[in-house]
Amino acid sequence: MTRYRIQTPLGRAVGLGSAKSGFGHWWTERITAIALVLPAIWFAASLIAHTGTDYETFIHWLAKPINTVMMVLLLVTLFWHAALGLQVVIEDYVHSVAKIWALIVMRFACFALAAVGIIATLRIALGA
Amino acid sequence: MERMTTKRARPLSPNIQIYRPQLTSVLSIANRITGVALSVFAVVLVIWLAAAASGPAAYSQLQTIIGSWPGQILFLIATFVFFLHLCGGIRHLVWDSVRAFELKQIYASGWAVVLLSAALTVISWLLSLLIAGHS
Repeated sequence: MTRYRIQTPLGRAVGLGSAKSGFGHWWTERITAIALVLPAIWFAASLIAHTGTDYETFIHWLAKPINTVMMVLLLVTLFWHAALGLQVVIEDYVHSVAKIWALIVMRFACFALAAVGIIATLRIALGA
Repeated sequence: MERMTTKRARPLSPNIQIYRPQLTSVLSIANRITGVALSVFAVVLVIWLAAAASGPAAYSQLQTIIGSWPGQILFLIATFVFFLHLCGGIRHLVWDSVRAFELKQIYASGWAVVLLSAALTVISWLLSLLIAGHS
């Protein structure tokens, strides 16, 4: 005996439940959280290890390929995760037209900050 | 067609002003507040990288600000906020796997998050001061 499906074939193919795009947001927030764990711990450990070092030492450290890669990964996952988290906070506390503007400004800021951070890291890495 | 409606003072459900703060609710909102705070500290990270990329002068200027008393206090807060969000986030990921939902477990993991975050903050600063003393 087969189970009677109440869902239309189209609904099944599209694959969105009652949460619609909400599930994608929720899932990406979790995935970016997991992705952040390693770069975050690397970053904290690096900060501790470099207490009181001068400019030259710091530049030399960041220019090492492993550190450049980790810093870029940190910036990507950090601002991705931040954008998703801040979106929920704005949606919960800001309403009407202000909400739309806050969301747009927040997204722009996250993209801009990630871009500035990544380019600064690459400039240091490439010795520009 | 205007209906005259008078506003009646209806009883309100217990809300945030009169609820006694509990570990569960405090940690729930703390995860959100620390997330927002870390977004602000992320701006500092970008400023720091941009200063380093622009040269030694801008970098040392920023180092002076971070090295000052208000800078160090903010940095200490940032450390605790960082670990609280990290540990709290891992607690949420465990919940997402449909585990540790019993009330006892929720309180145990909650206190573990608070104590671990405090311990990691202290350890980080002690290590940092130790390394600073050696260099």
